[in-house]
Amino acid sequence: MSESSYLLKGATLPNGQAADILIQDGRITSTAPGSSAPSGAVVVDAAGLVALPGLVDLHTHLREPGFEQSETVLTGTRAAAAGGFTSVFAMANTMPVSDTAGVVEQVQSLGDAAGYATVRPIGAVTVGLAGERLSEIGAMAQSRAAVRVFSDDGKCVHDSLLMRRALEYVKTFDGVIAQHAQDPRLTENAQMNEGALSSELGLKGWPAVAEESIIARDVLLAEHVGARLHICHLSTAGSVDVVRWAKARGIPVTAEATPHHLLLTEDLIRSYDARYKVNPPLRRDEDVQALRAGVADGTIDIVATDHAPHPRESKESEWDAASFGMVGLESALPVVQTALVDTGLLGWDDVARVLSTTPARIGRLNGHTHSFEEGAPANLTLVDPADRSTFTLDRLAGKSQNTPFEGVTLAGRVRWTFHHGFPTLRDGELASIEEAAAHARHLAREGVPAHG
Amino acid sequence: MRHLLSTKDLGRAEAIQILDIAEDMADVQNREVKKLPTLRGKTVVNLFFEDSTRTRISFEAAAKRLSADVINFSAKGSSVSKGESLKDTAQTLAAMGADGVVIRHSASGAPQVLAQSDWIDAGVVNAGDGTHEHPTQALLDAFTMRRRLFPGDSRGRGLDGVSVVIVGDILHSRVARSNLWLLGTLGATVTFVAPATLVPVGADTWPVDLSFDLDATLALMQPDVVMMLRIQSERMNAAYFPSAREYGRQWGLDDERLARLRPDSIVMHPGPMNRGLEISAGAADSAQSTVLEQVANGVSIRMAVLYLLLSGEREALS
Repeated sequence: MSESSYLLKGATLPNGQAADILIQDGRITSTAPGSSAPSGAVVVDAAGLVALPGLVDLHTHLREPGFEQSETVLTGTRAAAAGGFTSVFAMANTMPVSDTAGVVEQVQSLGDAAGYATVRPIGAVTVGLAGERLSEIGAMAQSRAAVRVFSDDGKCVHDSLLMRRALEYVKTFDGVIAQHAQDPRLTENAQMNEGALSSELGLKGWPAVAEESIIARDVLLAEHVGARLHICHLSTAGSVDVVRWAKARGIPVTAEATPHHLLLTEDLIRSYDARYKVNPPLRRDEDVQALRAGVADGTIDIVATDHAPHPRESKESEWDAASFGMVGLESALPVVQTALVDTGLLGWDDVARVLSTTPARIGRLNGHTHSFEEGAPANLTLVDPADRSTFTLDRLAGKSQNTPFEGVTLAGRVRWTFHHGFPTLRDGELASIEEAAAHARHLAREGVPAHG
Repeated sequence: MRHLLSTKDLGRAEAIQILDIAEDMADVQNREVKKLPTLRGKTVVNLFFEDSTRTRISFEAAAKRLSADVINFSAKGSSVSKGESLKDTAQTLAAMGADGVVIRHSASGAPQVLAQSDWIDAGVVNAGDGTHEHPTQALLDAFTMRRRLFPGDSRGRGLDGVSVVIVGDILHSRVARSNLWLLGTLGATVTFVAPATLVPVGADTWPVDLSFDLDATLALMQPDVVMMLRIQSERMNAAYFPSAREYGRQWGLDDERLARLRPDSIVMHPGPMNRGLEISAGAADSAQSTVLEQVANGVSIRMAVLYLLLSGEREALS
């Protein structure tokens, strides 16, 4: 399949230009309108569809190794392809934790073999995510997985000295620390956003200040040591203010927001339905609006899913006992269109920026130009922006079904996803596991860099 | 009424109906034969994931006086302590044919999760969930107030114009929350008095007056009702207040404060009491104290609730 040619006729590029996109041998060879299909090429009617550079998720939990009942690298990258993603960064809270070269190389190998998306492992900042001593960051950076993003996600690197050292140390390897900003003492056993509603429902509060105070400390640390810093899943209006202040000061900080924090509010928790349990928690409508404004004005650089699969039994319980997290890869682009594009806050070129080019740059994803220049690797996705449909569980392609969007009407639908010229998603249908694996073998033979 | 999960979603007419039926149940308690045949053949399960002997035996007495069969399921030492989920427990009870489930759980919302699920079809009574609600406690408190404040003339009425001061650990108290909603629905005005550390975040948006100063509040309000909440000594370790002595001095109902209350005002406590901490022995045992009446009234209220949920009329009354 990988050698095949495709002509995507009548697509619209993010900048609004019409294009006939010709894909040959894994690369974009032309976007000029009026191109005719070479013999043997598959012609896709892309009229009305927007072509985006392949989406890049800087924050995915693939759960393997260790939690294969929730997700595997294979099933998680199938979910990615279904959502229009061609690259995913796999978080380090696996079992064993991705804190050694061996584990990150294993995750890399599993991704390389699956063929649905480029998998880039994230390394743990501290051994076992315990927040006590640095993991072997250098070994992971220099391994075959060439790790550039380091995170204890799920846990906050809360020790100030350790955070300082981590920020300094990763400079050696052009890495970045992705901080899960959560003061652990202020959030012991926390269950939902702290406010009048948590008080009424009797659920222990997760105060905004527990996030904002860590971000404030970390941007000042990043300034002091001159290091890059990335803040995961901003969830409060105050966090947006702190990051905006830091950027105005010239501090090299980047920030992300998740689709669910851009659309959903804490009011859903009145049902005590644990599908809405997530960390950081759903916040107030004021926070949702502030996050949207932050994405619109560039304070928030990227949207990342925090795709967090859990098996059914982890959500079918009383609230306190349920796991934190939501799946998000398959719903991300429709949620972004609903929350940001259809509200007039972002254009499609901005969507390409926040869901593809900027996360690729933060994560040092090499070899993905994420442009439509001739000769660029054909990593792209075609979305139907006119679609309005109720999100249903059958749109999930991963192993777990803990989506908060079931029954929600969302705008836009991913139709096609191409990974290095191979259609992982064809008019809404995923490529078979065997075909994807054959594509993966082809890439390996061609010497396409695993992390590029 | 299909379930009783909270007082927040009880309407005024519905609440007064429960209180009035409880009056009937209380009358039965004065007869020589206390038992009614109403729920003969029905099975009520007391599903207690959290220890509470007082609440459990109150529900047990209520169910038995209505002739229901009672099964007590305590999580301690059962399969639950071995990791069985709420879902599996509920499905097990459903398979055994439970008609009503009285659930006490340390997790807020557990009764609602049970009621919303398709795991079990039984009527669900919340017997206290986390720091969320304890609706039958609030109902028995309102019942007690109505009887004391309007002796011989309590039926059919609310608590309009009654002033209630609730003192203590509001933050962790499901009793305070259930009372706030119910008393408001019945027309009473509520003031919470607590150290700022024990006032829930956002309580300023609730229909309640907030105060940190017990003496000033008692002087200003001259309340009809003072309700003291149990203070748990482990709160000291979590820096909510520095010591039991300091707490008692600032927020305890001691003999001196008792003497400053109106002689016709009543002193309530949901129990169990920490004598000498939040309430002095003198206050607890005074003629103004309703502590033991609350216990007796608890059985009447729970009879009324089980009757409404489980008797044949339950759908018609909803």
